[in-house]
Amino acid sequence: MTEPIVRFDKVNKWYGNDFHVLRDIDLDVAKGERIVICGPSGSGKSTLIRCVNALEEYQQGRVTVDGIALTDDVKAVEQVRKQVGMVFQQFNLFPHLTVLENLTLAPMWVGHLPKKEAEERAMAQLKRVRIAEQARKYPLQLSGGQQQRVAIARALCLTPKIMLFDEPTSALDPEMINEVLDVMIELAGQGITMLCVTHEMGFARSVADRVIFMDQGQIVEQNAPEAFFANPQNERTRDFLSKIIAH
Amino acid sequence: MAADTFKPIAPRPPPGRTEGLLPWLRRNLFSDWKSSLATLVLVGLVLYLLPSLAQWGLFQAVFGADANACQAARGTGACWGVVTEKWRVIIFGRYPYEQQWRPEIATIVMVLGLVLSCVRWFWKPWLALLWVGVLAVFFTLMGGGILGLEPVRTDLWGGLPLTVMLATLSIFLAFPIAVLVALGRRSKLPAIRTACIVYIELIRGVPLISVLFMASFMFPLFMPQGTSIDVLVRVLVGITLFAAAYMAEIVRGGLQAIPKGQLEAADTLGLSYWQTQRKIVLPQALAMVVPSMMNNFISIFKDTSLVTIVSLYELTGALGLALNSDVEWRPFKIEAYLFITAIYFAFCFAMSRYSLWVEKQVSVSRTR
Repeated sequence: MTEPIVRFDKVNKWYGNDFHVLRDIDLDVAKGERIVICGPSGSGKSTLIRCVNALEEYQQGRVTVDGIALTDDVKAVEQVRKQVGMVFQQFNLFPHLTVLENLTLAPMWVGHLPKKEAEERAMAQLKRVRIAEQARKYPLQLSGGQQQRVAIARALCLTPKIMLFDEPTSALDPEMINEVLDVMIELAGQGITMLCVTHEMGFARSVADRVIFMDQGQIVEQNAPEAFFANPQNERTRDFLSKIIAH
Repeated sequence: MAADTFKPIAPRPPPGRTEGLLPWLRRNLFSDWKSSLATLVLVGLVLYLLPSLAQWGLFQAVFGADANACQAARGTGACWGVVTEKWRVIIFGRYPYEQQWRPEIATIVMVLGLVLSCVRWFWKPWLALLWVGVLAVFFTLMGGGILGLEPVRTDLWGGLPLTVMLATLSIFLAFPIAVLVALGRRSKLPAIRTACIVYIELIRGVPLISVLFMASFMFPLFMPQGTSIDVLVRVLVGITLFAAAYMAEIVRGGLQAIPKGQLEAADTLGLSYWQTQRKIVLPQALAMVVPSMMNNFISIFKDTSLVTIVSLYELTGALGLALNSDVEWRPFKIEAYLFITAIYFAFCFAMSRYSLWVEKQVSVSRTR
């Protein structure tokens, strides 16, 4: 087997002195693998993926991304962030910049691309998420679903090897969830490594290579989606699934 | 039963007229009996006061520089003659009389520079060059000593030129300091953070008057014998440091209102600390604090009147200079004060209207 692109090695993290949010996390993600992480709120799933691009620090163990160990070293963090794109629950677009400017900012200032080239790349990504006609608008003039697609395009502009999705559809109106999921499904078909925190079980079923269930800072169970949904091993997993699929 | 088909209803205009003068009057002045009563009472009050005000300020007023006529009209009419007589001292202070064309042009140039800087079309890199020019013209004209201009000591500078210059320079210099101090106060580095907190709290803990006193009287005591920094420069530094501390807290208020997600998004994209501040944080934070920032600018403009206590006679000080020692005209101080009030008001009102325009500009991205 080839070297995993993301590796968690006995990672532990605490918030303050008494909240042990990640407990002995071991996880290998293969290149191109699509992983869905689910679990009750407070189970540490967001914290887990935020460790991949060093938005969160951890106290014990080691996270390695694309062969680079994430330590306190600023250079390592910089290196890793170039490889990792992220999409947030609250979009986090820059409201004072137009859609196009949101997309060209990092390529121009971090990637040192000339403006024209950055704009071409941005327009290509906007076409990919089917929103090119909104390029000159400001984010708050768009619907939630459109904003989230812009956020995906912004992350893709840096041509990341890994994409992190932190509950990308949780803040959306039900009518808009599918337009975002469609974009994500399309992306999944193109070989990019994906780690998604989501409760969209339909998405998990059709796209994921592996579904991970977390509870209380631990990985409780992980399996291929068919097996995960058809035959959950752990009682805690069964309980969780029955709650979110019942209705 | 056949399924219902959805039939959209075409939009219709609202009933009745909602725009124009009459609907506006009804909505805002006569919406119910209480509001109508208040409107009528206020209109009555204005009609009652306006004639006597007009009598005093216009019809019975003395406009010529005639102290005896003014004395005769005391109590019934205003004495605008005091302005006719004293306006040059009020506007230019102790500046040598026959040289007063110099501060006049200097002030016009600086005000022109300010007005141009407010126009969007001029927001280009060469605006900085324009300001180098404006300041060069201002200080050459005011100070003289070159180009055949007679030298004029800075303690003779006064009146409106001094007010405009002190306010403009202290605001322009204080602003970048304020931004850096505000960022510093939120820094992760304890030394920088502590230094910024100490600076802000020390300055905020004392009145501007005592800062000016220290700048003017105490500071020279610490200087080596024989060296001296011009009092005007010391006072300017004093006002700047004072203003910067207050502005820093205003900027910090804006910084704190930036959601954490914005910083996380910037981090994720790989932007450096300074790139994040410059491109993401400050544009949003400063846009949010435009009203309180302009509030602060206006108060700095008026606070420059305190430099009188260290014997720099700006507009307010020059008024005292013009009248306090003149027994003949001293009784008509009120009219003279109304005159400089009008000048202060013109500047402050312009600043306040401009701030509204800026608010509208920076909120473009927030309008749907």
